[in-house]
Amino acid sequence: MSLAQSVAAPAEAAPQPRRGGWRWAMARLLRNPSARIGGSVLLLILFCAAFAPWVAPHDPLHVNTLGRLLPPSATNWLGTDEVGRDIASRLIFGTRYFLLICLIASTISGGFGILLGLVAGGGSALADTLIMRCTDMLLAFPYILLVLAIVAILGPSLWTAMAAVGIAGIPGYARLIRSVALTVKREEYVEAARALGASEAQIILSTVLPNTISPLIVYLSYATPIAALSAAALSFLGLGAQAPAPEWGAMLVNSRSFLFTAWWAVAAPGLAIFVAIFSMNLLGNGLRDVLDPRDV
Amino acid sequence: MSRYILRRLLMALPVVVGILLLTFLIQAVIPTDAVSAMYEGQVTEDEAAEAIAAMRERYGLDQPWYVQFVRYGANVLQGDFGESIRLRRPVSEEIGYRFVNTLTLTGVALLIGIGIGVPMGIISAAKKDTWLDVGAMTVGLLGISMPAFFFGLLLILVFAVWLMWIPVVPRGGAALLLPALTLGLIEAAPLSRIARSAMIEILRRDHIRAARSRGMGEFSVIMRHALPGTLLAVMTVIGLQFGNLLGGAFIIEVIFGWRGIGELGVKAIQWRDFALTQAIILISAGAHISANLLVDILYAWIDPRVDYDQ
Amino acid sequence: MLEVRGLRTQFGTGAGAVRAVNGVDLAINPGEVLGIVGESGCGKTVLALSILRLIDAPGRIVAGQVLFEGTDVLAMRPRALTALRGRDIAMIFQQPKASLDPLMRIGSQIAEPLRLRGGRSRAEAWREAVELLGAVGIPNPEEKARAYPHEISGGQAQRVMIAIALALRPRLLIADEPTTALDVTVQAQILELLRERCRVLGTALVLVTHDIGVVAQMADRVAVMYAGRVVENGKVADILGQPAHPYTRGLLRSAPVMGAVQARLREIPGGIPDLTRPLSGCAFAPRCEARQQAGAARCDSQAPPSFLPRAGWQARCWLQAGAPQAQPAPEAWA
Repeated sequence: MSLAQSVAAPAEAAPQPRRGGWRWAMARLLRNPSARIGGSVLLLILFCAAFAPWVAPHDPLHVNTLGRLLPPSATNWLGTDEVGRDIASRLIFGTRYFLLICLIASTISGGFGILLGLVAGGGSALADTLIMRCTDMLLAFPYILLVLAIVAILGPSLWTAMAAVGIAGIPGYARLIRSVALTVKREEYVEAARALGASEAQIILSTVLPNTISPLIVYLSYATPIAALSAAALSFLGLGAQAPAPEWGAMLVNSRSFLFTAWWAVAAPGLAIFVAIFSMNLLGNGLRDVLDPRDV
Repeated sequence: MSRYILRRLLMALPVVVGILLLTFLIQAVIPTDAVSAMYEGQVTEDEAAEAIAAMRERYGLDQPWYVQFVRYGANVLQGDFGESIRLRRPVSEEIGYRFVNTLTLTGVALLIGIGIGVPMGIISAAKKDTWLDVGAMTVGLLGISMPAFFFGLLLILVFAVWLMWIPVVPRGGAALLLPALTLGLIEAAPLSRIARSAMIEILRRDHIRAARSRGMGEFSVIMRHALPGTLLAVMTVIGLQFGNLLGGAFIIEVIFGWRGIGELGVKAIQWRDFALTQAIILISAGAHISANLLVDILYAWIDPRVDYDQ
Repeated sequence: MLEVRGLRTQFGTGAGAVRAVNGVDLAINPGEVLGIVGESGCGKTVLALSILRLIDAPGRIVAGQVLFEGTDVLAMRPRALTALRGRDIAMIFQQPKASLDPLMRIGSQIAEPLRLRGGRSRAEAWREAVELLGAVGIPNPEEKARAYPHEISGGQAQRVMIAIALALRPRLLIADEPTTALDVTVQAQILELLRERCRVLGTALVLVTHDIGVVAQMADRVAVMYAGRVVENGKVADILGQPAHPYTRGLLRSAPVMGAVQARLREIPGGIPDLTRPLSGCAFAPRCEARQQAGAARCDSQAPPSFLPRAGWQARCWLQAGAPQAQPAPEAWA
């Protein structure tokens, strides 16, 4: 783009936010149909998690041995499970587990990943080599296998499942941030900042970090559904959330033996996971369209 | 060519050491748990402490970690994976046939995934932005969002319970059908996305326009000039996808009771049977690396542009 | 043989659309060499691609006709179009190496049209491919036929492209900047080869180039393009000797041309206009020295029609307003 064009462009499009800015991206995201659908469902999940006690018609842990495996009805919208708990209420409380898993796993992956990526991309060559060798090693495992290996080391429980999924995601984030850091460090304005006496740490915080935001959001939209799916799988395998907790994967495995007699008890949590992951992927697709110009 | 293979093998060496290190960690943390898990409620605390001490000595846990690690590595290289605490017999005896079962399952699933995913991606790319493309991509997105364990149960429900096409407890080849289909259909989703984007990228290249300028029909252009490159691009990720299938097998085998290493691996983690867990994770990671190595070598052999003598 | 009438190709739609080809009229006679010359961005490549309908989305041909032996290529059904491509009109491109399939042996790529469209057997096609390789001056053709595109140089790749394009003996070859990506030393050889092969086969040649020197050396007639339009068009001898259009004069002054009378080399000041905006007058007016001297107000307000300084010579310039006017094709002016 020539200088004249870049100067002229904003004047022409005055009412709209600046092209490439965050408000512009947000506006485009709100117009993107797949982001709208995905975002709405996720908002609904968020709402359910926040107001679960008020939204849910019953106590998710209340056992009723007389009303076991009831089919869906007016009182039990989605029927009851093998000990007579209301499935709909359990699904609604399950949103809390789902969001907790996404939050903790992404925080661990993202937090350590960003830190290691910045150190590798912005620090000494030795640190870079060391960190990259470690990520190579971890990436040699298929993702689920790495998660299982970490669970095997830490021992199975809900918290270790979340930690395992989080740890297994670190190398991906670290690599992403490193590559952004290496690219940004070569930009001319960074060279200029360095020539003006800015320290490496200053450069990383002031120039590299802001540039990671957009690729980070795109990567987050890829990685979080995978992490959530893996955590649900761990619960399903009995290596994550345990029995009475209304976690969707755990609900599924407990109702599994009743597949032939009470399929709704299996289908409900399964569909819940599927819909939640699908809406995350839809939102991710929209985010990618808006933020990642290569993919258009 | 042989020098290229040798170089690739050497490059894989550090990764192998890394995998050994990580699986070694399982052993370093577990034994106390394993013993208590084994004897829980059966023995007094003193007896348990004694058993733990005996165990520590037997597995060389009183040695410094690097001695233990070298010993572990040496044993593994000799095919000795130790003894399963739970099954009370050498791990290698149990794992052999199960590994074959898992390879069969993942192999068939991979073929199903390729057979469905790649044509889907190619048609999507050739008909880019039509309803066919949008439809195929939506199905693909549904596929990557589908939890494997739920999909497996869904297939059982539909094909065995409702339609009754397959017995609920199938035998022989039929037993492979549903697990392989579950794994394969789920795998088709990422493969179709990869094939689609590879093909779209190739269709933008100059040589495609040149082929069109020579009066090649759209079908010949795609089959003769876009497909080979697309398949080559898909091939580069087959190794990685095979790893995903191995990971998926851990879940699918549990659902369908398929006696592979995945089903045993999940039990081993629950049992805290460290020798068994180690061996299974090691073998899976080893299979993943070998598959990638194989794909790399095959790629270098097929793609005329790779100069492997360099 | 080939006649282009009122051709318009644009990229994108609505207000932001780039009018890359904006009403072009051209004619090519059997066996002749037509040079199409202009600065980069003047639409000459888009014009060349439009003739064979090779424009990819978001590009689109919006108006005009391309008549080959009286049939409109733009109205052809897909089957007729593929039958025309390669057999009647062939094309070679700017990036010869990228224009060859990287995964196919060179011999197979030459044999492909012979086999699929010329009805030769596999063995016949291969033999003929080797012969064609020899004919375009590749040493050891038997051996080179087995090579892959990445194993040969850019110059050799362009020779291969020429062999493929001429395999079915087309009536017309469109060469889009065939030597731009090549070493200077190779350029002359490739041009010589093009001329020789076309003469032997009786193929007409459209040579698209930014280098007016190449036109002087190769072409019988020349069309000078500016901002998506042909501004001057006629015999090379006429136009290079005494250009009627100020833009052609500028081009000639900016490049050394063998056999042309030139003073010092000078560049044309300014750059090409924004093709997204509709033009009210002559597209070249803002950069035109002659307009500044003559102070002709029409240049800014009214698009110039084609004037005929001499038979077979057209120039779209108000400074030629004394000359008789050509009948414009109805689609050419909207």
